[in-house]
Amino acid sequence: MMGLLRSALVIGRRDFTATVLSRTFIFFLLGPVFPLMFGVVFGSIGARVAGKQEPPVVAIASSQHDFAALSSARDQIGAAGAGQQLVQLRRVDPAISGADESKLLFSPDSDVIAVMRGGLDHPHLTGDIDPDGTIATQFELMVEAARAHPVQLQVTSIQRTEPSNTQARTRTGQGAQALLFFLTMLLAGMTLSQLIEEKSNKVIEVLAAAVPIEAVFLGKLFAMLLASLVGITVWASAGAAAIAAFTHGDLGVLPPPAVGWPIFVVLVVVYFAMNYLVLGSVFLAIGAQASTVREVQTMSMPVTMSQLLIFGFAALAVGSPNSPAAIGGAIFPLSSSLVMVARAAELPQLWPHLLALLWDLLWVALIIKLSAGLFRRTVLKSGPGRRGLWRRAAAQP
Amino acid sequence: MGISGVAVEAEGLVKDFGETRAVDGVTLKVPTGSIYGLLGPNGAGKTTTLRMLLGIIEPSAGSVRLLGHSRPLQAAREVGYLPEERGLYPAMQARDAIAFMGALRGLPVREGRRRADALLQEHGLGAWAKKPIRTLSKGMAQTVQLLGTLIHDPKLIVLDEPFSGLDAINQGKLETLIRGKARDGVTIIFSTHVIAHAERLCDEVAIIAKGKVAFDGSVDEARSRLRPIVRLRTRNRDGAWRSSIPPASRQEGNDWIFELPESGPEPLLKALIDGGAGIETLAIERPGLHEAFVAIAGQSAAAAMGEETAK
Repeated sequence: MMGLLRSALVIGRRDFTATVLSRTFIFFLLGPVFPLMFGVVFGSIGARVAGKQEPPVVAIASSQHDFAALSSARDQIGAAGAGQQLVQLRRVDPAISGADESKLLFSPDSDVIAVMRGGLDHPHLTGDIDPDGTIATQFELMVEAARAHPVQLQVTSIQRTEPSNTQARTRTGQGAQALLFFLTMLLAGMTLSQLIEEKSNKVIEVLAAAVPIEAVFLGKLFAMLLASLVGITVWASAGAAAIAAFTHGDLGVLPPPAVGWPIFVVLVVVYFAMNYLVLGSVFLAIGAQASTVREVQTMSMPVTMSQLLIFGFAALAVGSPNSPAAIGGAIFPLSSSLVMVARAAELPQLWPHLLALLWDLLWVALIIKLSAGLFRRTVLKSGPGRRGLWRRAAAQP
Repeated sequence: MGISGVAVEAEGLVKDFGETRAVDGVTLKVPTGSIYGLLGPNGAGKTTTLRMLLGIIEPSAGSVRLLGHSRPLQAAREVGYLPEERGLYPAMQARDAIAFMGALRGLPVREGRRRADALLQEHGLGAWAKKPIRTLSKGMAQTVQLLGTLIHDPKLIVLDEPFSGLDAINQGKLETLIRGKARDGVTIIFSTHVIAHAERLCDEVAIIAKGKVAFDGSVDEARSRLRPIVRLRTRNRDGAWRSSIPPASRQEGNDWIFELPESGPEPLLKALIDGGAGIETLAIERPGLHEAFVAIAGQSAAAAMGEETAK
């Protein structure tokens, strides 16, 4: 066992340094920055467009009193939910001349769409508006509210003693699940092509003569996991810095998970590693059968789709962590980590996680063992051939 | 190491690839400290036999003992292997490639780099130690891989067609290296399809043809196994004398070529003279390794070897 691990370390060290110390790894690290850059660029364009679509202004040519009443009516309607879609009000001198009014309405520099005269008693709206349109209707409401006597509504505010955390926590679970799925989908696919180099440059013969194939698989798997974690660490640090810079640390939108944040964060990292190892070992086994890059590329689409399927399956478990679907998903090795990370958000017990981690490790070992055997048989052409089996069968009539 | 001074022992090795039987019951004993050659044409099963001996592939049937281990990979730290198809990571520096091959066999990387630098210097490649493999010439890369095979001071060195692709000078260097290692008590197994290499270097050879060991022993033994060859030309085409020529003889033009019968030359001569053959020429020759190979492995195998050597 120690020999296997030591050999895996030699293989893994070579792969890790070859991956991380290559020029292409810089592109790998920069990869997620591209969509981010797009986000920033399009976000600022969007903000400018949104800025131009601010609600129109109506100039109120009235007394100070009427304007105040109208303004407070507008605020009241806004507070009731109409929000930013309400017209804005601006007071102008009630004795405004016709020329000034025209200037307000027609000058290209002016943002005034209509002018109101006549005060609250005889409101008269002039402007490029539809008499039954949004602006006129909003204005009607405002005037009515401004005229009415203020109503003293008595409100008794109560708070639910127990916030609906179970439901809210599913959001945390879903978030963690989505994060794990997304990262694994982006990163585990790399393992598909891990043996192409050795197969094409014949190094595999040198490796296979010196160390067990299991050690080669194990080393490669952990090297890729480590390279992925380096990437994630870089992205997460950059992301955290960006969030701190742009949002002033205001991210407390997710409800705290059932096991508490510190343990949950540890579990997310550990389950990411497990998810990566289980799926990565399967992909490594599949990719090891391919002999050309073209074959690997052809295989990567079905592999991504199958991940999507697993994600869908795991998503069923969120919200009902003790349902048969959730238990089944936790037992099925390919979805186990995704289901269990959601469980960590929803339920506080820790022992199922220990069990799940052991279960996952068992599967990683099993998949590596099986795929190494498959590799020996199909790629290195080892073991008893078909003819051998047939002969044996023929020898036993 | 084998108790009885046997480094490698194979018993009834069989390997099937689908419907094809590549190796068919190979049994070998390689004495410790010897230079042992596997001689045979391409496709005879030499590489497959070596791969089974090393544990890269498992045999369909039969067993292997390598340096006393029934599972060859358990002896991996004491074995060095140069595959027929050479392979190195192109982006790796020469010294790192050598150290990596040592690390695979349990040599600490730091020590591997130290030895690699010394070995590269010794082989005139000191300036290339920190250059990536892809910038090296084919011959240099081959030397690097050979050094990587030897870096951990193995007790057993297995070289698959080590001379192919080398020029005459480097072939000579390699022969010297092999002899030197053997003097230090290292067991060396190499495969070749060039009879001359086997004849010059080997203490013992196994002649492999069509997946079987046709002969296993010393080169002299192989040659002395053959009876002397009689080359006879007669004036008469037919007659009572014909009964004295063995049925397995072959005819080349007017010459009869056959092995000297067990009874020796005298009864043969008497029968030819009494039978009225009219002897024109008669030669009795001691066979070389090539003839021994033809006799042991068959004419077609020898022809295949000839073609490859000519290439």
